[in-house]
Amino acid sequence: MTETTLSRADQLLAFIDRMPFAGFIGMTCEIRGDEMTATLPFQERNLGNAAIGALHGGVIGSFLEMTAMAQVFLLTDIDFMPKTIDLTVDYLRSAGSQDLFARAEVRKLGRRIANVHAEAWQGERANPVASLHAHFLVVGPDGEKED
Amino acid sequence: MNDATDIDNASIRQQIRENAKVLFTAVPFISAVGAEFVSMDGNRVRARVAWREELVGDPDTGVIHGGVLTTLLDNLCGMAVLVALEKFRSTATLDLRIDYMRPARRGEDVMAEAECYRVTRHIAFVRAKAFHEAEDRIIAAASASFALNDPRKWASAVKAYAERQS
Repeated sequence: MTETTLSRADQLLAFIDRMPFAGFIGMTCEIRGDEMTATLPFQERNLGNAAIGALHGGVIGSFLEMTAMAQVFLLTDIDFMPKTIDLTVDYLRSAGSQDLFARAEVRKLGRRIANVHAEAWQGERANPVASLHAHFLVVGPDGEKED
Repeated sequence: MNDATDIDNASIRQQIRENAKVLFTAVPFISAVGAEFVSMDGNRVRARVAWREELVGDPDTGVIHGGVLTTLLDNLCGMAVLVALEKFRSTATLDLRIDYMRPARRGEDVMAEAECYRVTRHIAFVRAKAFHEAEDRIIAAASASFALNDPRKWASAVKAYAERQS
């Protein structure tokens, strides 16, 4: 069991390493067993409002989406990244010029679709700056026909 | 909420509309991603992001990351609110929903279009879509709502931030 979890974690880290946009925003992941915490170290270019030092909503949304996607990958045995069907980001407070952290929880993992919630926070875990609700497709291209 | 008497709303509205292109790319992450403002037709605004290796989400297919669309749509929706406001307000995204209809194609620019269709005293509502210009198939559909705040609150936040920095 432990062995499977570990190799899955390694697969995930390898994939994130190969994902150009994860590197672009500077996302890193720490995985313990089936639990993952993602970190987005602060960098100037991730700002949306330089005047008040607030991170861009798009960066926060991207980071939450990647965290949610990674958590789904971790809990399944699919050999591709889950595809985003839809997502909603709620912006709760402005995110300052600091590191951002995120965790995701898979609420339902069906045969085709995963329902995921994720939260991002800075200082206190109990005061998230944003939350995400998303659905992901967890079947490959063979199971779906594109028009 | 009282209006600040020292704010000339008509003049600010004109300034925003005339300088939309510059305002759009003045946002650090927008210029990092390489998105640019394209056009304004009434209250309908358009912006574009060019495909680049750095923006790829899936290294196996070369498809641009959904987060790039989230970024483009969030920023453009905010811009749609700014150009639609009769009275100047600072804006904050409350929520943004995106439905992904199909992946963006490798190597092709993604265009986005947004329109603020309703402004109330406290909230602005926007819908938007992302697509490849050469065809009318939608890549992603979005809807967002924004809180409208007294700009003096924004000004005091800027002052507080400046003081923390010095």
